[in-house]
Amino acid sequence: MPLPADTDATTPKYLRDKYAIVGVGETTYTRGSGRTTRAMGTVAIRNAMQDAGLKPSEVDGMLSYSGNDSTPSTFLAGDLGIRLNFFMDVNGGGSSTEALIGIAIGIMEAGMCRCVAIFRSMNGYSQVRIGGTGARSAAPINGDALHGRVYGWQSAGQMFAPTFMRHMYEYGTKPEQVAMVKVVHSEHASNNPKAFYKKRYTVDDVLNSRMICKPLHLLDCCVETDNATCIIVTSADRARNLRHTPALIRGVVGRCSKPRADMHYQCGPISRVAGYYAKDILWPNAGVGPEDIDAVGAYDAFTFTSMLQLEDYGFCKKGEGGEYVSSGITRLGGKRPQNTSGGHLCEGYTHGMNMVIENVRQLRHDVDDYCPIGPDGKRQHTFDYREGGCRQVRNIEVTANLGWANPLTGSAMVMRRG
Amino acid sequence: MSIRATYLDMPLSIDDLDGENLEYFRHCAEHDFHLQQCDDCRLLRYPPTTACPWCTCLTSTWTRVEGKGEVYSYEEVRHGIQPAFQARVPYMVLLVELDTQKGKPTEHEALRVIANLTTADGTLAPPDVVRQVGIGSRMRMVFSDVGPGLSLPQWTLDESAAQPARPWRYPQE
Repeated sequence: MPLPADTDATTPKYLRDKYAIVGVGETTYTRGSGRTTRAMGTVAIRNAMQDAGLKPSEVDGMLSYSGNDSTPSTFLAGDLGIRLNFFMDVNGGGSSTEALIGIAIGIMEAGMCRCVAIFRSMNGYSQVRIGGTGARSAAPINGDALHGRVYGWQSAGQMFAPTFMRHMYEYGTKPEQVAMVKVVHSEHASNNPKAFYKKRYTVDDVLNSRMICKPLHLLDCCVETDNATCIIVTSADRARNLRHTPALIRGVVGRCSKPRADMHYQCGPISRVAGYYAKDILWPNAGVGPEDIDAVGAYDAFTFTSMLQLEDYGFCKKGEGGEYVSSGITRLGGKRPQNTSGGHLCEGYTHGMNMVIENVRQLRHDVDDYCPIGPDGKRQHTFDYREGGCRQVRNIEVTANLGWANPLTGSAMVMRRG
Repeated sequence: MSIRATYLDMPLSIDDLDGENLEYFRHCAEHDFHLQQCDDCRLLRYPPTTACPWCTCLTSTWTRVEGKGEVYSYEEVRHGIQPAFQARVPYMVLLVELDTQKGKPTEHEALRVIANLTTADGTLAPPDVVRQVGIGSRMRMVFSDVGPGLSLPQWTLDESAAQPARPWRYPQE
């Protein structure tokens, strides 16, 4: 959809479209990588540099995030012969990707470096499992955990479930509506050769899968995988000399949070998530609104997380998320497809980065699906979205990413085709 | 004095430096629920904090609070993550809204206290009791005695209260 005329912005408009994502890369999504996070991270950054057409000497900034389950930037920069003018490794999972893109823009705008590689490397299945089993659940309980983990309230699903349940109570959201998030994302994954799970699932598959933590069935929960992912951000000026059509960054929101960040359930309505606050930064800064968005990456750690964010960012009315995700709008071929790679539910779990990578490729009009490669070496997209076919969104110009840490905290970004 | 104890095979501790939690659990050990009341704006708060979340005042007075309220939301865990809980499924985690200070200081705020559903003696509730509880159920606070000087707040069905005919539960049993 063409962009509307500029609307009022709360940040300087000159930053819109001034920076771009120019390179993306990842390792194979696996369970059992057989490699260290250092090895995987090195490969992902190298892939992203090659994708962009950048030499190591042209990358001088590095950012990463982890839950103490990764390798610091200094080792990966050393491995790849990158001399750093700036680096920072921060703590955190979901909601970090868009937040670090904002930081990357800030440090380049401040003149501290010129080109930033952002990576997340994790053996999220074979080493530190994200669901909280193993070392994480054996840790002693003290301090704040005396009011939470001691009650068997620890994993992400367990921590978020009161929000999901209250939403069903307040709005009459039905399990079969929420299950459609998995159904649609699995359809998209079936057209993604990289996806860890390529199988298409039905609503019955989801509702008949075993209950993990009511209201979450097994298939309401995302996959745990081993992988590294990387995106490279630089100025739009430099992007013009690189290999691909740049994905220009219109606006970002980083780790925007609800009140009472120490225990957000003290403030209601608890069915409201961070997007309620983040939307008021995202849309004015980007100069667009939900109606202008051609495709969405809505963080799907769980089916519910996608749905709740779509409501609070204004893609539908509050409480109507169940209808929205069941309406066909979110499917490839629909008005506003989402998680076209299959997302965390199907492609792989990267704490948010793969959904940004997917939108960058969508904006290049060159996603890696099963369409034939033409004589010019370019993929000839058929826009036939049946299983094993195409997943390129036709004429896509503007995308949104909605990143989620928990109901409390979220990040977001709007990009447009350069 | 720091406190160390074991609960359901899990090691629990409160450090010497953690004054707020030491005081919170000192009252719990006496099966008496106390929260900090701000010395300035007079609002109660949960869980323990250093400053008042509404006015930043650094001083507060531990005040007895009636452990009664209504289930605001819940979850029913069927797949335990922590080893201690794997053998104890299904168990319920309840978010109970206290009657005290409900809707204050603004409409959607309240003291909402997390704990498990237990029987009156503070042990995790059996499956037939789990099936009786949902949003709207009336609860009263009881305590699980973990060790000398340490008891955990828990929720049990309030036998003396009028219960809703059918508390709201997730549609798939």
